[in-house]
Amino acid sequence: MTLHVKERRNKTGTVLVATGEINSETSGSLLGALLPLVREGRPLKIDLTAVTYVSSAGLRTLLVVYREAQHAGVAVTLYGVSEEVRFVMSATGFLDFFETGEAAAATAKAAAKATR
Amino acid sequence: MTEAARSEQVRRIDAYPTHEVGGYRVRAGKPFPFGANVVPGGVSFSVFSDQATSMTLVIYRRGESEPMAELEFPEEFRMGSVFAMTVFGLDHENIEYGYRADGPFDPVVGHRFDARQVLSDPYARLIAGRDVWGVPPDYSRGYQYRSRVCLQDFDWGDDTPLRIPAEDLVVYETHVRGFTRHPNSGVTAPGTFAGLREKIPYLKELGVNCIELLPVFEFDESDNPRTNPETGEKLYDYWGYNTVSFFAPKAGYAATGRYGMQGDELRTLIKDLHAAGIEVILDVVFNHTAEGNEMGPTISFKGLDNATYYMLTPEGYYFNFSGTGNTVNCNHPVVRNYVLDCLRHWVADYHIDGFRFDLAAILGRALDGTPLPNPPLLELLAFDPVLRHTKLIAEAWDAAGLYEVGNFPAYGRWAEWNGKYRDTVRRFIKGDSGVVGELATRIAGSPDLYAGRGPAASVNFLTAHDGFSLADMVAYNDKHNEANGENNNDGANDNNSWNCGVEGPTEDPEINALRTRQMKNALAILLISQGIPMLLSGDEVARSQQGNNNTYCQDNELSWFDWDLVEQNAELLNFTRQMIAFRKHHRELRSTDHPTGAIRADLGLPDISWHGERAWQPDWSPDSRLLAVARCGSGDDDVVYVAMNSHWEAHDLELPALPGRRTWHLFADTGAGAPHDITAPGTETELENAGKYLIGPRSVVILVGRTNEGD
Repeated sequence: MTLHVKERRNKTGTVLVATGEINSETSGSLLGALLPLVREGRPLKIDLTAVTYVSSAGLRTLLVVYREAQHAGVAVTLYGVSEEVRFVMSATGFLDFFETGEAAAATAKAAAKATR
Repeated sequence: MTEAARSEQVRRIDAYPTHEVGGYRVRAGKPFPFGANVVPGGVSFSVFSDQATSMTLVIYRRGESEPMAELEFPEEFRMGSVFAMTVFGLDHENIEYGYRADGPFDPVVGHRFDARQVLSDPYARLIAGRDVWGVPPDYSRGYQYRSRVCLQDFDWGDDTPLRIPAEDLVVYETHVRGFTRHPNSGVTAPGTFAGLREKIPYLKELGVNCIELLPVFEFDESDNPRTNPETGEKLYDYWGYNTVSFFAPKAGYAATGRYGMQGDELRTLIKDLHAAGIEVILDVVFNHTAEGNEMGPTISFKGLDNATYYMLTPEGYYFNFSGTGNTVNCNHPVVRNYVLDCLRHWVADYHIDGFRFDLAAILGRALDGTPLPNPPLLELLAFDPVLRHTKLIAEAWDAAGLYEVGNFPAYGRWAEWNGKYRDTVRRFIKGDSGVVGELATRIAGSPDLYAGRGPAASVNFLTAHDGFSLADMVAYNDKHNEANGENNNDGANDNNSWNCGVEGPTEDPEINALRTRQMKNALAILLISQGIPMLLSGDEVARSQQGNNNTYCQDNELSWFDWDLVEQNAELLNFTRQMIAFRKHHRELRSTDHPTGAIRADLGLPDISWHGERAWQPDWSPDSRLLAVARCGSGDDDVVYVAMNSHWEAHDLELPALPGRRTWHLFADTGAGAPHDITAPGTETELENAGKYLIGPRSVVILVGRTNEGD
């Protein structure tokens, strides 16, 4: 199973859309696509809606990106995490490290409510 | 430049191949560390065999029956008795590997080499082949337990060892699968590490601060040929005291085992337990392996170096001190280091806080099986720098009659499961005569056994996975193990249990009330005793195994924690919670030293004193079934008085006078119905009749001598 990545830039940042599986075979190319985007310094969203499986190596790759982003002060958010991938990330503790779209949306909603 | 970017710029000169073997680029590996380790550009494999004449690395694509490569180690890649090779260009996540060891097949001198067998790596950090619990194995695949390569780069954040002082522990023994497998557990992934993680709030509310897990090293649950004669259902190796691979967490215990992520799932559980203030102790089985005797399977050790790893008779047969077919040669220098490497791995890579060693007396036997005066393995583990602050707990006996409770070679470090505590307190609770003298010794931390080692050398328990549950201890006189398919011949016969008048379940309210009282009596005595208390999971809610005292093979509701009982037996659960809280509240119950009877100057009372119906007059006669103890000291201004009556009649107690303005307050009376059976520590009400208390039949009463607020 291969992995395809596509970049989309907008006013608020960059969205990288991934399609396929993130595993030890494909994580190298994902890293190659993501690290330059992190270095640009713009907020980055990783859209995993079309990602069917993330292996142990894949999770580690995402975490490497996240750590690099933290170091550079860049916001990285995961979006469209499927139920199965989310469960695997939760059971293995990886979910605790990431800002996910759903959580980000909830935080924004809470902040908006607080300022009313 | 970030650390990661800087490390990307580092290029090691040993990251390049020097040879080609079987179409793969390779170079000599590093002998240490053993196992398979990801290195720049490839994977380094290192395996020990003293007598092998040649060694071949066998590599499979993940899940495939036939190897994708067989690479014989070049002679120049052998250092001493270690075969080490780095193979470049491997996708570490998508391979499985094993070894073929060639050498002499001469069982009489101990050698059982067979190059036809593919062998598991004893140092494998992951094992594939039993990825999902209970899935029938495909025995047509020659290589069953497949070693896998993994990274060990888990992000522990700020997780550090809790280092809870041993005397402060309250241990909760449980089975990973059994704790949440029941359909009513309500967790996302029943029967897994992730499921257990969801139940951390329950453990925290219960108040335990240490969880002891039955074996989690990879084992084969399908390794049981028996069926239940009553139902025809398959029986399992449910407990898992039959290790296949010592460095690998059991995949079938992980919701993510099918993805090979069991390591991260277990680490996440441990990390969250630590965050909740709960330590993790593993029950480990180094006395034998799953390879059995000469009739058993060859999985790893037998084929790699049989004469090193196992204790063998002069004729080349397996010594059987474990009762399971073989005995690990623990005090052989190589095996000693293997055990040490293994435990270091679990401490360093999994942040494990301690270990309970199954049939640990075997760890003190010499190569010919005789007990050693100074067993080098036990000393090594006691002083190892990495293990230095872990808890080491011995089951200080073995299956061949070596019983070392109180005499286990401790080196100032080892604690023991105190079997004598269990037997004495059980006998007292069921109403045996002639027990009060020994009961006093046991609840004082067994100074007869552990003088000089301190009370925390004694792990006090009344029930464990092995034997009756607490509810069955008060409901059955005899074991009922027919479901195990061994004609009720398995399991212990000396249960010291009493059924309260009827064997098994009953509708009789009086008997059921007595059983509840007896369970509370047991929990109360356990949790006021000096030493480390250990509870069996489910006892706090009266979990029954229907009289089966050996559920090693029962993967069903006989073994599983029934979460409906949390509500049904809320009274007992509340009692247990409050007793644990009481123990935490009163330092004198957790003193680091055995009591001596020395008078505490500011109170004018000894640190321990014994009483009977009359204060200061304990009845030590053979017919006595009543004993009261008062404790004070250890930085606690309160006095704790515990009266234990296993007599079938009530007794009027004269209470000892208290110093200063202290008065007696009632904390617990197991003879009273809920909610008057127990209160929250610190909320005890003052006794109306200050100097007297009527203790009911078969009851335990706990009083606190303290000043009233505002005094």
